[in-house]
Amino acid sequence: MQITSVEFKRKAREALHNPQLQHALGRMQSHFVDLRTQAVRALPEFEAMRDAGVAIRDRVLRDLDGYLKRFERVAVASGARVHWAETAEEASRIVAAIARAHGVKKIVKSKSMVTEECDLNDHLGREGLEVVETDLGEYILQLAHEPPSHIVAPVMHKNLDEIATLFEKKHRRPRQDDIAALVNEAREVLRPHFLDADMGISGANFLIAETGSVMLFTNEGNGRLVTTLPRVHVAIAGIEKIVPTLEDAATLARLLPRSATGQPITNYVSLLTGTRRQDDRDGPEHMHIVLLDNGRSRLLGTALEPMLRCIRCGACMNHCPVYQNIGGHAYGWVYPGPMGAVLTPLFAGIENAVHLPNASTFCGACVAVCPVKIPLTDLMRELRSRQLAQGLRSWSERWVLRAWAWMARRPAVYAWSTRVAVRLLAWLGGRSRRLRHLPGLGEWTRGRDMPAPAGRTFRELYKKRRVT
Amino acid sequence: MSARERILERVVAARAGAGDPSTVEKYLQQHPRGPAPSLGPDLAQQFCERATQLASEVVRVVAISDVPIAVARYLESNKLSRRAVCWPELVALPWHAQHLEVEACIATGNDLVGITGAFAGIAETGTLMLLSGANTPATVSLLPETHIAVVQVGCIVATMEDVWARMRAQWGAIPRAVNFVSGPSRTADVEQTVTLGAHGPRRALIVLVGD
Repeated sequence: MQITSVEFKRKAREALHNPQLQHALGRMQSHFVDLRTQAVRALPEFEAMRDAGVAIRDRVLRDLDGYLKRFERVAVASGARVHWAETAEEASRIVAAIARAHGVKKIVKSKSMVTEECDLNDHLGREGLEVVETDLGEYILQLAHEPPSHIVAPVMHKNLDEIATLFEKKHRRPRQDDIAALVNEAREVLRPHFLDADMGISGANFLIAETGSVMLFTNEGNGRLVTTLPRVHVAIAGIEKIVPTLEDAATLARLLPRSATGQPITNYVSLLTGTRRQDDRDGPEHMHIVLLDNGRSRLLGTALEPMLRCIRCGACMNHCPVYQNIGGHAYGWVYPGPMGAVLTPLFAGIENAVHLPNASTFCGACVAVCPVKIPLTDLMRELRSRQLAQGLRSWSERWVLRAWAWMARRPAVYAWSTRVAVRLLAWLGGRSRRLRHLPGLGEWTRGRDMPAPAGRTFRELYKKRRVT
Repeated sequence: MSARERILERVVAARAGAGDPSTVEKYLQQHPRGPAPSLGPDLAQQFCERATQLASEVVRVVAISDVPIAVARYLESNKLSRRAVCWPELVALPWHAQHLEVEACIATGNDLVGITGAFAGIAETGTLMLLSGANTPATVSLLPETHIAVVQVGCIVATMEDVWARMRAQWGAIPRAVNFVSGPSRTADVEQTVTLGAHGPRRALIVLVGD
């Protein structure tokens, strides 16, 4: 996917002025937040399960090479072929080669953010292959030639009217104006594709090292169709998706759907291991698993390693006040919200996504809801430090931070200058106690007044209280 | 050097001696359980409640021979086809007595009703566990618009961990597909409005057999 994160500010501004998007965002916010809250409240053991989830993910990252090799060994023993790709480009080439080797013409796909990372559909299209997205949201986006704006609800930015218009135009059928009819229309259009596709492509929520299995969490049933009917199944997953045992998968299965959509479990959870067995009468004859690095191994052993715990539930974006106001497209790549603000600079280059780690209020809601307790605000702070160290911040910002650091290390200077500053600002605030303009901080006061300080610093007040 | 070797080399270098590969196999052999939710004593009752919450219809019958009556009643009240495909283990039931035409075979795009058994039911979430195999084809629970599952009360366990233990004990090797099914297929992609019958079955009936 083309990275447009450098345009974050412009796109965020456009999103804020898009009434239809604002309406969609308002609907989404209350929906996902409320559902998750209810689901978590109904499970008293949820906190203990989060801690267990952290332990599982950290265990894998600590011995990732061992778990990867073990996964590969048992997956191969069950009839799958395992491929390794260092880059997104390489993963696409591998999938195209698999399709060619099996004489594939038509491919059905279930939702996979990793394949968005790889631009896989474009790549396969250029090879002359027909690729049909089958997750309803992804199918709508394919028809509209748009990228997803949410990792779980990819088409949350579109309303019923837009989808009805799109279906009418693309399907050349009479316009349907209710949701059930549109869902049914997509079912009717897509069913023949499932039945005559030669190859199915899926992602993987987890790869189980114990059994060499691909584990998928879906609601629509398209994931099952894609991995059952075509004669070839290709699963693509990041190398960090490994989970040691089936018991560990059970623990994560309690965390993932609740955090994502507030469901106690998704409609379908499928554990797929190898090819059709000797006497089986259904299931794919060939299974390929593509393990993608694409920058993940670079995070291991660094301050940013906890990001690799991520199980892609989307809770951080659902609860983020920035995402809630601008949606996913402004972030400019596959992964939006707080997890995207950390991942995008790491995958796409820190200089190509300068705004993202700064597009946060640091309220910590993302950290509070993350099922595997990723310290997202700490990671964004780390990226901000790296930006500074690499000279990616403006000279004025660097100067201000340096001056602040100098002052903060000298208590006497700090106390004196804040006393002066507070009085000066109080005087500037005048009787209205509002600051309309701040020299050099025009962005801050453009859309709002800043309340003027009351005339005493915290230190002064604290000292006074101790005396009395 | 291959991509595989380069990736693994980077992973090992990042670890910088911190991990211990010998712990991998040891941990897999122990496969410890994580924290489990507390469930009441009547697992079958809980299974029925949760499955109903997830939009499955549940009926309880005393004996396996009562299943065709329950199925016929369900199909009739929903005005559905009286023809079905089923798993071989169920084909010998007295379907004909209820004027049902039930055939043991894999499902195609044209079959409207699929009748399966289940390896287990999970009380925690009201979930069916289906294992694929020569006599338990995965398509029967997937392609038809109506999925009917016949489950023995003795197959109901508390949690997913319990079914893993049961599967390891009874199967040894893992089947190609383990499918956990929790109600009819659904989507909420359009305006976050839940709609049943996305790509899989539109409706689901669970017939729970036994007291």
